[in-house]
Amino acid sequence: MRREGSPFTGLGVVFLKEYADHLSSIRMRVLELLMVLAGVGVVVMVILNVRKTVQRDDFLFLNLFLYQQEDSAVPSLLGTLSILVPLVAIGLGFDAINSEFNRRTMSRILAQPIYRDALLLGKFLAGLCTLATGLTALWLLIVGLGLITMGVPPSSEEVARGVAFLMIAIAFAGVWLAIAMFFSVVFRSTATAALCALGLWLFLMLIWPLLVPIIVQMVAAPDPLAARVGLLSDSQLNWFLGLSRVSPSSLFTDASLVVLQPQPEATILRNPTIGMLTQAQGMVRGGALPLNESLLLAWPPITTLIAAVIGVFAFTYVIFQRQEVRA
Amino acid sequence: MTEPVIAIRGLRKNYGRAAAVDGIDLDIHRGEIFGLLGPNGAGKTTTILMVLGLTESNGGTVRVLGEDPIRNPLAVKRRVGYLPDAVGFYDNLSARENLLYTLRLAGFSHAEAVTRIENAMARVRLSDVLTHKVRTFSRGMRQRLGIAEIIAKGAEIAILDEPTSGLDPHATLELLDMIRDLKADGVAVLLSSHLLDRVQSICDRVALFNRGLIAMQGTVKALGEQVLGASHAAHVEADGVDVAARLQDIAGVRKVEADGRGWKLTADRDVMADVAQAIVQGGGRLQRLATAEPSLEAIYTRYFEEHKDAA
Repeated sequence: MRREGSPFTGLGVVFLKEYADHLSSIRMRVLELLMVLAGVGVVVMVILNVRKTVQRDDFLFLNLFLYQQEDSAVPSLLGTLSILVPLVAIGLGFDAINSEFNRRTMSRILAQPIYRDALLLGKFLAGLCTLATGLTALWLLIVGLGLITMGVPPSSEEVARGVAFLMIAIAFAGVWLAIAMFFSVVFRSTATAALCALGLWLFLMLIWPLLVPIIVQMVAAPDPLAARVGLLSDSQLNWFLGLSRVSPSSLFTDASLVVLQPQPEATILRNPTIGMLTQAQGMVRGGALPLNESLLLAWPPITTLIAAVIGVFAFTYVIFQRQEVRA
Repeated sequence: MTEPVIAIRGLRKNYGRAAAVDGIDLDIHRGEIFGLLGPNGAGKTTTILMVLGLTESNGGTVRVLGEDPIRNPLAVKRRVGYLPDAVGFYDNLSARENLLYTLRLAGFSHAEAVTRIENAMARVRLSDVLTHKVRTFSRGMRQRLGIAEIIAKGAEIAILDEPTSGLDPHATLELLDMIRDLKADGVAVLLSSHLLDRVQSICDRVALFNRGLIAMQGTVKALGEQVLGASHAAHVEADGVDVAARLQDIAGVRKVEADGRGWKLTADRDVMADVAQAIVQGGGRLQRLATAEPSLEAIYTRYFEEHKDAA
């Protein structure tokens, strides 16, 4: 049966209310503080070190996002973000829907002339905008600090690459927000939802990278010749790539590395899997890749991230539509 | 008779194999207070959710103000106000902000919503706490805030699920007054409850729910005749004579029961004069003689005693 009226009635109202709630909540203050402290801390460390080692780098500015001291436990800004962004996104999304049930506001809100679509989408967009606001602020802060301390203005290409990185980070945040909201729809208890989301995050973060090589060993045929020189066979490599990209963090890191490191050589050193891809596509090694080539290379992980956002959201949407309203 | 504002025909709802609502018919008219009564789990809330279009039915039709709540829920929900069982508000927002959110969702402009909220809050006597956070509100104030939301929305039908449960007697009376005010405004009120004496005092008609079916519906008086088999009830207090025996002898008296300090009698006709005469002639001192509406509680209890095997 077709229903009448637009599913987006009331979307703006829900969005504005949730956005205002997020921005004024104490939880958001804490999360913002965490992000700013971590971001600024990493950048200060980078700047101190980059100053010492005069590099022949054409893309000095992008080092802000990538630089990692040798033998140091302090991760690069990219690494820090890949840990912090999921945490903040889960923090914003884990109680989106179930708290409405627990507060017993759900049936009152749904008795207003809106569809459930507007409520779910409004909450998601508000969370995403909050994350985007936070990430953009952090990004501007980092670029500003870089400008002041390094005294070298970024080239237009560096700015473009930096913006692309920001977009990838927002898409990455969207994935975790959607996952957190999924748990908030499935579990009525906010604590259970938070624990499950954090559990999944820890699993993908810590355990999955350890599991992938083991699974690859089990499922893919080794190539004796390659094994002799300590390399993976083609099929092993494919499995390795596919499996590790189940984790949104590795998609985020892959895409960001390609965008932030125009020199394929550097990319190969850091991330052999992408180096293989570059070779496979017959890229010239040595020179810097132009921006559009970098974007082309980063496009598959980026689209996967966006697809993951849409996929998880759609799944959440279906479950939410079928849920009983009575608490 | 005017067109009913809510017309339900053969409505059914299954949860798995169990039927929560198993084919009910109901008509509710403008300006009346209709009570849905019955034990917990009899299908009252499920019926309400189907009227609002928040739950899909498995059969039958519902028409609310001529619209189908499944097919066109927005049109229905725009004109219907709902106060859920144990209503919740956003504790971190003020009363005004809470209502502003729902009124904005209902499609009012900010300026219009603000004036509507102020008027509605005055009606439920909450004007002085308009800007207070809802977390400081008592249970009774929250219920009144819920009523204010319905008034502010300008609803033509108010659906109240267990509006008086968990309230102290004073708050209950206040709330019932507000429900009567709604009726006076021409709003059709549909309320569910298991607090029978309260419901009896304000309902024009009631429907008795039992296991997903409407066992009976009509005015309290009509139900009394149907279940208790008698239309008149009286309460007698007297001494100095064998009251029970005297009363039994009066023509038309069906039943005499000891009830606290006095006796409760049910009869087919108005026997007040005969009762007074019988007591006085017997040499007794009549201390109290009052008519009593057949109590809904008695109807309810009797009905479920008779249908124990079914319930």
